Amino acid sequence: MQCPKCHAPMHTYNRNGVQIEQCSGCRGIFLDYGELESLTRLEAQWSQPAPPPPAAPQAYPAAPAPAWGAPHGGHGHYGHHRHKSFGRMLFSS
Amino acid sequence: MHVSRTHPGSHRTGRGADATGPLRTLTHVTTDAPALLPALEARVRETAHALTPACPCGAATLADRPDATVVRHAGTVAKAHAADADPAELALRVTAASRLPGVLLPPLAPAPAVLHGRLVTFWPHGTPVDPDDPDAAPWEAAATLLARLHRTPAPTAVPAMRGPAKAALAVARLRATAPGHPATAPVLRAWSALPGWARGASAPPDTTTLCHGDLHLGQLIRHPAPDGPWLLIDVDDLGTGVPAWDLARPAAWYACGLLPPEEWHRFLTAYRAAGGPAVPADGDPWPALDVPARALTAQTAARAVTKAVLADRPLDEVECSLVDACARMAAVRPAGPQGRGRVSPQ
Repeated sequence: MQCPKCHAPMHTYNRNGVQIEQCSGCRGIFLDYGELESLTRLEAQWSQPAPPPPAAPQAYPAAPAPAWGAPHGGHGHYGHHRHKSFGRMLFSS
Repeated sequence: MHVSRTHPGSHRTGRGADATGPLRTLTHVTTDAPALLPALEARVRETAHALTPACPCGAATLADRPDATVVRHAGTVAKAHAADADPAELALRVTAASRLPGVLLPPLAPAPAVLHGRLVTFWPHGTPVDPDDPDAAPWEAAATLLARLHRTPAPTAVPAMRGPAKAALAVARLRATAPGHPATAPVLRAWSALPGWARGASAPPDTTTLCHGDLHLGQLIRHPAPDGPWLLIDVDDLGTGVPAWDLARPAAWYACGLLPPEEWHRFLTAYRAAGGPAVPADGDPWPALDVPARALTAQTAARAVTKAVLADRPLDEVECSLVDACARMAAVRPAGPQGRGRVSPQ
């Protein structure tokens, strides 16, 4: 199909099992009836196991972290000794 | 003591080699041209002897990887750069290093030499961060040096900082090496959501700020050894670009739950105290850090998965935490100029 806005061809992508059309020119997206709701539902399910970091009690002032970050506050891999693999990572590109 | 005018140091690579400590040879030898290593050793010996006639000849191979072969002879380090290093670009980067005293280690010779078809540069040796004691990592010094680098106008024309291009290379290798690995899809999904500049696909939004391009703890040495001031080394990726890229590797480690919050806090606070321009002076730094930290997380994950596949081993706990972070990125759009936004309503 052609993009209703810029008339470039649109390509079909599968996002979480939902077919969406994206314009190869302006990158606009076309959704069929109900597809937006399907996507929203799937995205919400996908993100549920990874809530944003909780405001865990910390001795240190809680530093801001990105929403995609690991839950801090006791679940990190740091501790009294560093993981060897991370020790190497600290020194490599 | 064999240190005189020049001193031990390393080139991202000086693991375990300090002024007086035992010299180690890395066992993973990958030089494509077998003739390069002996020739490079001869050249560094020659250069060292010119500087230190009474040389006790402490010599070591500090690194021998496809992208760099680094050898040390007494107080002199010679680095053979990647076979595809651009001569004109490398010359500009080395020149920049010679003109940023107190920030970058200055080279011994102003221009790269050619040896067996490889570009070679010479540097004074210095004391690296002890890889066995990362708790002693000089986070404040690293941050302060970066802030100074970012605040300094480029002393000469320099090419673009290579961080995004190197990340793109790591992702291309992942695609080629591990197309069917279960970790590949979330890494590629996180990568493809990034804006073009962070994938090395278009010009960066900042084309004037001088950046290091490949910061990690192997990029700091004390010169003169053993307790001179810390300096940044390795100019291979140096250039103009988005300065938050230089903060993004520690930021990514912190975000992935690998770097303790205290260490991240020390690094960020020191950078801000030194007037670094990559993040606002106070408040949430993540709108500026988000895109580069995602890119570095994806790059590091890509390298980890590629290495694991080549070694035919499972991902370890640390590597899984990088892939998990990539998977979580799908739920949150990368920060735009106005900040970040959730994809899914909560």
